[in-house]
Amino acid sequence: MSARASLANGLACPAPLARHDRVQLGHGSGGRMSAALLRDHFLPRFRDAALARLGDAAVVAGAAELAISTDTFVVHPLEFPGGNIGSLAVHGTTNDLAMMGAEPRYLSCGFVLEEGLELDLLDRILDAMADAAAALDVAIVTGDTKVVERGKADGVFINTTGVGTLHADFRPAPDRARPGDAVLVSGPIGRHGIAVMARREGLAFDAEIESDSAALWPLVRRLRDALPADAVHVLRDPTRGGVASALNEIAEASGVGITLADQELPIPEPVAAACAMLGLDPLYVANEGVLLAFVAAEHADEALETMRAHPLGAHARRIGTVGDEHPGMVVLRTGMGGSRVVDMLPGEQLPRIC
Amino acid sequence: MKYLSEYRDPALAQALVRRIRRTATRTWCLMEVCGGQTHTIVKQGLNEVLDGAVEMIHGPGCPVCVTPLEQIDRALALAADPRVIFTSFGDMLRVPGSECDLFAIRARGGQVRIVYSPLDALELARQNPDKEVVFFAVGFETTAPANAMAVWRARELGVRNFSVLVSHVTVPPAITAIMEDPDNRVQGFLAAGHVCTVMGWEEYIPLAERYRVPIVVTGFEPLDILEGIWMAVRQLEEGRHEVENQYVRSVKREGNRAAQALVERVFRVVDRTWRGVGTIPASGLGLRDEFAAFDAEKKFDLLHITATEPAECRAGDVLKGRLKPFECPAFGARCTPSTPLGAPMVSSEGACAAYYNFGRFHEAATQEATP
Repeated sequence: MSARASLANGLACPAPLARHDRVQLGHGSGGRMSAALLRDHFLPRFRDAALARLGDAAVVAGAAELAISTDTFVVHPLEFPGGNIGSLAVHGTTNDLAMMGAEPRYLSCGFVLEEGLELDLLDRILDAMADAAAALDVAIVTGDTKVVERGKADGVFINTTGVGTLHADFRPAPDRARPGDAVLVSGPIGRHGIAVMARREGLAFDAEIESDSAALWPLVRRLRDALPADAVHVLRDPTRGGVASALNEIAEASGVGITLADQELPIPEPVAAACAMLGLDPLYVANEGVLLAFVAAEHADEALETMRAHPLGAHARRIGTVGDEHPGMVVLRTGMGGSRVVDMLPGEQLPRIC
Repeated sequence: MKYLSEYRDPALAQALVRRIRRTATRTWCLMEVCGGQTHTIVKQGLNEVLDGAVEMIHGPGCPVCVTPLEQIDRALALAADPRVIFTSFGDMLRVPGSECDLFAIRARGGQVRIVYSPLDALELARQNPDKEVVFFAVGFETTAPANAMAVWRARELGVRNFSVLVSHVTVPPAITAIMEDPDNRVQGFLAAGHVCTVMGWEEYIPLAERYRVPIVVTGFEPLDILEGIWMAVRQLEEGRHEVENQYVRSVKREGNRAAQALVERVFRVVDRTWRGVGTIPASGLGLRDEFAAFDAEKKFDLLHITATEPAECRAGDVLKGRLKPFECPAFGARCTPSTPLGAPMVSSEGACAAYYNFGRFHEAATQEATP
């Protein structure tokens, strides 16, 4: 008897363990449906011995010093050109570890699922997470799922916590920028934010802009291995708030001034066009697969060559210099010969009218 | 959109700067009317590049800056109404009203949404028949046709739950008000290219003649602005006062007649208060009576909401070029981009916010230079 027929015969529930195509509140019950959700959707994708034991905690090998970072992902839409919330949840957190010079090793993941979420979509998200983690050789060792009523979440929220191991003499940190440092960027900026916004707002551009969402650790490892110890002073992935906000934080933390050269900023033409149309500044648009590196001047060329040898850094550029004038501030020299302060935004970036 | 790089070419820009400097025998005071032009000037640091040859006064052409406090308060009241979905262009959300801004209303549960077109707001009304959808119709002649179209379509489609809170202003009366001011320093204008794309430039001819002031219709990219400045400076040096068109790739003498006709059908000329400036006669657009059903002010009985601007804010003097932002006692102390007293401190290209950032930079540089 089909579910429809049984409902017609007096609201008898369908068989409780039938395969569903959407998340239901029962999937968060802790009962059989919860177990089935893990068994059918999560575990086959996140194949890890520690996770598969389903203990209350994962037991893993450690190191003398660890880096730990956590991030929660609430992107809308869940899928966008170049990735989805799943790949983003792996890249975002592991990139934060990489920016501290740590090699990402383990991930935890917490899911808040909204009742009604299509399980096919969940599977695509989990597949993307699993692929992103596998590519990095990072193990997803522990996790949690909760289901909330329809309307109480936006499809799915994901929290990931990453654990990474540190190398004794590779310790980039936001307060270590020094006057004379070269400011490098690993690739074109502004793609993630514009890709997500274009999809969210249903905006069509001539060329589809793909998110740059990517794992940056392979690039960081190359920098670590190719350059002398202490050549790389600061690494930062300019996510929310974009390049401008990340540089302001570094200028503030290190007590230095940063001067950017307008013409050197790698802004792809479609991103520039979309920003012009929307009244946004690409310097404040989020990236998810780009890093900023502050490198001792004498090693700047070497760092650029090292990055350019990797696909993620193929378009790496030197965009600026650190000085001791205007400490705590970021100043942009324009192609016209003028200059302006690139400040932090007071709040979120708003499309301009005129 | 290839024009982006073409109209931002640094070598051509520097050549234009040299030409302006060669042409100017003294420092001329020019006003760019439009906020979009101010944005480019600030973003590219053109003020600094032209220092000594041209002083640019940022005009009152930013709709965010000139929308009166009263109208912002009305928007806030509407947005707080649980029956209403309030829709607006993005940068109106942070403009402070008497008590708070639209972001704060949204955080308290008000339905405030950013739209890119008034027609999107109309569509939202059709999708939400149980809600009242209000669009904040601000801006100059540039945004008026699309807003007129939304109202026109709403009537055509019989959408009863859509209305607009109108705060439209027009450029020529503002130029008149500036030129009539006894303390006026402006010697030439860059007229707003997008406004003239709609309206054409014939209406500026009597202004140029009456006030003997050059008016150059100018675009928005760096090369546009530099060329517009050069054309104005050349006129001043030659003692001419004409309307010239730099933005020929977009602006025709007669403008866009179809758009003008639609604006004329839906709107009528009204007196309008400009934030920081005061009331300028016949300087705005309001809905015609036959469209009163789409007028949020009437529909929601908002006319009793009035507001007085903080006396401490000297935005009017700044917008008229009478006072440099840093000469205002509140500047940088009581009034910063995070705690703006008035509109020019709100948007990043507002004159006060621009000076705030620029000034901090130069202060830092000066301190460095002093042993």
